[in-house]
Amino acid sequence: MSTRDQRCEVSVRGVDIGFGRVKVLEKLNLDIAQSEFIVLLGPSGCGKSTLLNAIAGLLDVNDGQIWIGGRNVTWEEPKDRGIAMVFQSYALYPRMTVRGNMSFGLRVAGMPAAEIQKRVTEAAAMLKITNLLDRRPSELSGGQRQRVAIGRALVRDAGVFLFDEPLSNLDAQLRVELRVEIKRLHQRLSATMIYVTHDQIEALTLADRIAVMQGGVIQQLDTPQKVYREPINRFVASFVGSPSMNFVPGRIEGANGVLAFVGGDLTIPLQGYAFRSPAAPGPAVLGVRPEHVLAGGAAGPAAIQAPIEMIEPMGADSLVWCRMPSGASFSVRVDGEARVAPGGTLPVSFPATALSLFDDGPGERL
Amino acid sequence: MVAAVEPAGPRPRPVTPARVGLYAFLVITALFFLTPLYVMLVTSFKTMPEIRQGNLLGLPAEPSLQAWGHAWSAACTGLACNGISVGFFNSVKILVPSVIVSIAVGSLTGYALSFWRVRGASALFGALMIVAFVPYQIFIYPLVRIFATIGINNSIPGIVAIHTIFGLPTMTLLFRNYFASLPIELFKAARVDGAGFFRIYSSVMMPMATPMLIVAVILQVTGIWNDFILGLVFAGRENLPMTVQLNNIVNSTQGERLYNVDMAATLLTALVPLVVYFASGRWFVRGIAAGAVKG
Repeated sequence: MSTRDQRCEVSVRGVDIGFGRVKVLEKLNLDIAQSEFIVLLGPSGCGKSTLLNAIAGLLDVNDGQIWIGGRNVTWEEPKDRGIAMVFQSYALYPRMTVRGNMSFGLRVAGMPAAEIQKRVTEAAAMLKITNLLDRRPSELSGGQRQRVAIGRALVRDAGVFLFDEPLSNLDAQLRVELRVEIKRLHQRLSATMIYVTHDQIEALTLADRIAVMQGGVIQQLDTPQKVYREPINRFVASFVGSPSMNFVPGRIEGANGVLAFVGGDLTIPLQGYAFRSPAAPGPAVLGVRPEHVLAGGAAGPAAIQAPIEMIEPMGADSLVWCRMPSGASFSVRVDGEARVAPGGTLPVSFPATALSLFDDGPGERL
Repeated sequence: MVAAVEPAGPRPRPVTPARVGLYAFLVITALFFLTPLYVMLVTSFKTMPEIRQGNLLGLPAEPSLQAWGHAWSAACTGLACNGISVGFFNSVKILVPSVIVSIAVGSLTGYALSFWRVRGASALFGALMIVAFVPYQIFIYPLVRIFATIGINNSIPGIVAIHTIFGLPTMTLLFRNYFASLPIELFKAARVDGAGFFRIYSSVMMPMATPMLIVAVILQVTGIWNDFILGLVFAGRENLPMTVQLNNIVNSTQGERLYNVDMAATLLTALVPLVVYFASGRWFVRGIAAGAVKG
């Protein structure tokens, strides 16, 4: 709300968290800049919520430190960390009105009533819930409840906002609506935001940087564009993006410096592909997103004719499932107006610049 | 075979012998429990000459409240003849603080055990549950000695402490299970809001625990009101509860046994739990169900 003078960068340094013998996080490091919007993305059980709870101070770390705003807050209570938090289940106090919910933290802190009133009014106006202030949470819809929960975080005037899957309990339409609202809020408040989700669309739309997590390890920490275009490994490639990336097993073969990917009858020249390390012939997995496959007229003279198996119309565009010469299925995204039908064929080609290649073992990007 | 009937509308419910037997059993069982109550009620309104005629089930010829009045204010409970009213007020004096303190302590323990993951919390809870099954007669003598040493034996604070201690396992179990059914995020949100142990308990958790609170009040009111042995041992001569006084009235009769007075005194003693059940039965079921489904 007010312009912020306190620093609010977050730094997680070598954090270990375990429950009994189960290690959830090991030696995890994460640096989040002032006013950055970070999304922790991953499947359930990957440790993303655990990490968020540790930053909030709701969970003790076994080792390592947590710094917020240049202060070591590892041993501090949640209320002293300068954070606010929004939960998946809203976690509104059922026996208090909306006003009571929003002002509870301020009342606990012993803030003067006039200041509380001012802050609640401001936050309510910002979230368009002024007319709900005297209702109970049970009288609100899911979307309204989550707005109130965000309002309760807002009045704390914290430098760091933590969101624990805040939109997962809402229906699709509300989710999109509130997603925009949260993004707008971030621009307006310029607070640091850490947002946990398993929804890759949310991650791509909201984040300045995404941390894709699996098995308690951050697999890739980068901008949404980078994570989407150049996934660091097969897990990231398959987890991010919907409809998901196509994978074709095969080999990299090379003669006199010119490399090509060969999978079944498919041969794709690799000129223009940015290898991370000097390329060598050997087994590999090709990854290509449905919208990066060139289809129809755009496919060019080198196109192969792929038989169409099935079509999923999605409005603006359609997903066409084709059969590889080798027998495997892959999907191509075409314009919704394109005239295609099952049984026909679609000319397709694979531009090397938009491909991803992974080794066939651990699936690291080549 | 029966001619095929096209099924439509509500499914027919034929009267079968099994169903008749079932209802007969239910009616007989109800009579079995209601007959003594009926006999007590009619006897308490009869006069002694009518009772002597021996018509146990008959309605009183000339209903009279005389026996009730006698039982309340003039029946002899030993040497004193002030009726059972003395016991009533003693019981109230024991009941009110015992119910409040035992529920306060039990709910606080249950809250601490379910939200604040203290080291050894589950071991403590297990111990509490196991000890709840130890017959409490075993504790009586040691407790008498302890209370005598610290000087609260034979006093209201003594008996209140006793009811709190013996109510602790049940109350803790009740509230712990209820709180365990609440989303943990509620607790986390309150912590982020800066509320401490007691603030979360009083401002967030207890207002949500109304159904459990009602169940706890019912359990404790009936349990403490009906208690005999603990009141006899720990309350002291001056504070003997109503149940003990009732026993004295019935057992210390000289000469003719005044059945109508005994019956009236018994009904007076049973009145409080009876009222509690009738007034709150709906809440009781609701509270139990709420705990059962979510816990």
